[in-house]
Amino acid sequence: METLVTILAGVLVTVATYLLLSKSLIRVIIGTAILTHAAHLVIMAVAGLKTGTVPIVGEGDPVDPLPQALILTSIVIGFAVTAVSLVLAYRTYQEIGTDKLDKLRGNPDE
Amino acid sequence: MSILVLAIFIPFLAAAIIPFLYKYLKNIHVGWFAILVPTGLFIYLASLIPAISNGEVIVQTMNWIPSYGINITAYLDGLSLTLALLISGVGALVILYSIYYLSSKEPIGTFYTYLMLFMGAMLGVVMSDNMLVLYVFWELTSISSFLLIAFWYQRKRSREGAKKSLIITVSGGISMLVGFIMVGSMSNTWSIREVIANVATISDHALYTPAMLLVLLGAFTKSAQFPFHIWLPDAMEAPTPVSAYLHSATMVKAGIYLVARFTPVFGGEAVWFWAVTGVGIFTLFWGSFNAVRQTDLKALLAYSTISQLGMIMSMFGMGSAALYLGYSTESVVYTGATFAALFHLVNHSTFKGALFMVVGVVDHSVGTRDIRRLGGLITLMPVTFTIATIGSMSMAGLPPFNGFLSKEMFFVSTLEITEAGFFGLGAWGIAIPVIAWAASVFTFVYATVFVVKTFLGPYKEEKLEHPAHEPNPGMLISPIILGMLVIAFFFIPNVVGENLIAPAMNGIFPTFAAEGAELGMHIHAWHGFKPELFMTIGVVLFGVLLFVTKKYWSGLYNLFPEKWSINTFYGFVLDQMEDKSTVITNKYMTRYLRDYMVYIFAFFILAIGGIFIFTEAYYFTLPENAPVSNFEWLVILSMMIAGITILFAKSRLTAIVLNSILGFGISILFVLFRAPDLALTQTIIEAVTTVLFLVAYYFLPELDKEDTTKKTKSVNLFISIGVGVVFTVVALGVQGNKAFGTISTFFENSYELAGGKNMVNAILGDFRAFDTMMEVVVLLIAGIGVYTMIRVKTKKESDQIEDK
Repeated sequence: METLVTILAGVLVTVATYLLLSKSLIRVIIGTAILTHAAHLVIMAVAGLKTGTVPIVGEGDPVDPLPQALILTSIVIGFAVTAVSLVLAYRTYQEIGTDKLDKLRGNPDE
Repeated sequence: MSILVLAIFIPFLAAAIIPFLYKYLKNIHVGWFAILVPTGLFIYLASLIPAISNGEVIVQTMNWIPSYGINITAYLDGLSLTLALLISGVGALVILYSIYYLSSKEPIGTFYTYLMLFMGAMLGVVMSDNMLVLYVFWELTSISSFLLIAFWYQRKRSREGAKKSLIITVSGGISMLVGFIMVGSMSNTWSIREVIANVATISDHALYTPAMLLVLLGAFTKSAQFPFHIWLPDAMEAPTPVSAYLHSATMVKAGIYLVARFTPVFGGEAVWFWAVTGVGIFTLFWGSFNAVRQTDLKALLAYSTISQLGMIMSMFGMGSAALYLGYSTESVVYTGATFAALFHLVNHSTFKGALFMVVGVVDHSVGTRDIRRLGGLITLMPVTFTIATIGSMSMAGLPPFNGFLSKEMFFVSTLEITEAGFFGLGAWGIAIPVIAWAASVFTFVYATVFVVKTFLGPYKEEKLEHPAHEPNPGMLISPIILGMLVIAFFFIPNVVGENLIAPAMNGIFPTFAAEGAELGMHIHAWHGFKPELFMTIGVVLFGVLLFVTKKYWSGLYNLFPEKWSINTFYGFVLDQMEDKSTVITNKYMTRYLRDYMVYIFAFFILAIGGIFIFTEAYYFTLPENAPVSNFEWLVILSMMIAGITILFAKSRLTAIVLNSILGFGISILFVLFRAPDLALTQTIIEAVTTVLFLVAYYFLPELDKEDTTKKTKSVNLFISIGVGVVFTVVALGVQGNKAFGTISTFFENSYELAGGKNMVNAILGDFRAFDTMMEVVVLLIAGIGVYTMIRVKTKKESDQIEDK
């Protein structure tokens, strides 16, 4: 299971990297979101999967609660990042009229 | 904190207060407050003279970084005290002068702030015993000098002069730091006193000579020695009080101080002797030779300063020969050069300070410093003329002025050193007095030029900005005091010699002092008809001859055209560096996100993957796997397919739906992995994210087909697969090689420790509550960012104004 999940994370990282390298801002943003998913999966996998019960006192021998706490934080932060980048893309498109990164090279005189 | 350490920090404190005084006390020139600081310090330091002249040293320490042995140790011996008195004494006079020189319309608040900053830094340099602390203060003097040269920053030449001085002195400073670190690592201490005490243990070390040369580089750049002298003439763009203070009396002496301070460490080596003496004597000649051709009075004084600094430097070099021989009655003779150097250091500050102030007075009065436009001011500015004459004659080495005494002592030293039979002096030694004498002839010539061209000859009012007149008497007080000191030191030189210089000598030659050598000298004006007197007479005769025939031989300067000067070379190198680095930077800074991502990912693959291969970390066993049910296979495989399909999505809607599949798929996995909190959060967040994307799509364009070339696409694919593979291998490797057990058992007590049965909640809300709070802050910031970016619009008009 751990190996399988890790490989899934690896596939997602490959996809995310490819998206990050593309021209369209939306693709880049989706890429960051997928990268977050991959990170969460791998943190889970590293701690070991299905080794116990839910991490609640009194339910028996629990699984490792620490990665879960870390991931919980990360999910929320990931959401904030996605929101900010989407609004950035929105403003960029509004102000400059393109969402193509190769056209967003700023002023050559700068 | 002890008083001596406090003395270093009082100017810094004043620098912090002065801006407020300037702002709130409009009616009083803020210089009147500033002058209290150096005056107070001077009185305090002067009260220490009796103790120091009795051979005491004062050491006071304030801990700074004790774990690294870096402490602010104020160390006051004769050498430090001499310089500290110069800094505070000349500082007080310069501030007094500047009160009349700078009008209140100028930003004098910043001026005095910078000046105080400099004063504190300079006191720190001469009083620090710790090398690293010394370095910090050293660079602070460079920075405050930079700020003061660029005081009139509206002028291009001021900015360029400031930049040049900063580049040269800071480069030297950094090499000095490296030298200090070498000395520190050789002797295992940062304290200069301890280094000097253990000098025998380091003199055979392989780093000894490199450290020496690096420290010297710092000293030479700071003291404007050839070929680093080029910054000093350009630094003359500073207001004249600054030139008088920093660029002749104090800051440029820091390099000389450093050489003096490190003489007991490095002196006695042939490399040190020839580097210090050779560079010094050549700078002496080159400075005085070039001073004659200057037409700007300040430039003339700048080259003169370079020349005089070279002279002092060379004397310290010659004095170090005594350390080579060790203590004996013969070797003590050579210490006379060091004595002369210290004496001339003081003398130079007096007469050169006065001369700079005279130039400031002339400039202030008639609006020009060009000697081609000046002349005949003697009847209109008699007081100024008198001071200028006193200063110039002292500079030329004539009696009855203090410069005569030190110049004669200099000649004596150059003659004595030729008789030494070591360091290859037998063959080359004779060059030293010859060059010294020739340089002194030119010194006489430019000193004469200074007085004659400015004050004698026809008065040309039509060429001046304003008619000549004596300035406000307040402006003359400081130069008069300095001029009087020039004469006073001639008649009572031994007051200085016995009280300040003799104790300073003990610090420079500690081994001699330990043997009970009498290092002080009794200074005489009259030695009888000795070679040095004939040398002075020769200087005067040839000087007058060269001055009268100047127009016949000044063609000599055409041999050294501007095109081939070090200055031009410096400018060329700087321009080339700027151009070439722009070209190189533009090559890889393409301003295209994809390229930057490629750099980052390529580095990731090479560095992480490379380390994996290099350390053979890829030999790992797969982790013990939990069993995989059919349902889990289904979820994971559909996630993989969804992920890969995103790459081929034609419309953005497809892409976001596939992304949701991933997100909700992870929610399902979280459920399977016994993580109910995560599953809940992930489901909610994924739903909100999808909505957010859909809302954003309303405003954003449809996905275009990526019109990238095949080649770029394959590079992208190659990099993506590379990153994915490295990531997977590292992740598997980490799981296979667990070095430590989990720390999570700690949290299983969550009910007893935090009162919560849900461990994940307890961690977030209690064990790592700060972390969670900061996370909320991040969310808040993100929220504010989103809000402002949607609501706040830039005005198009203001954009256009900025573009212009």
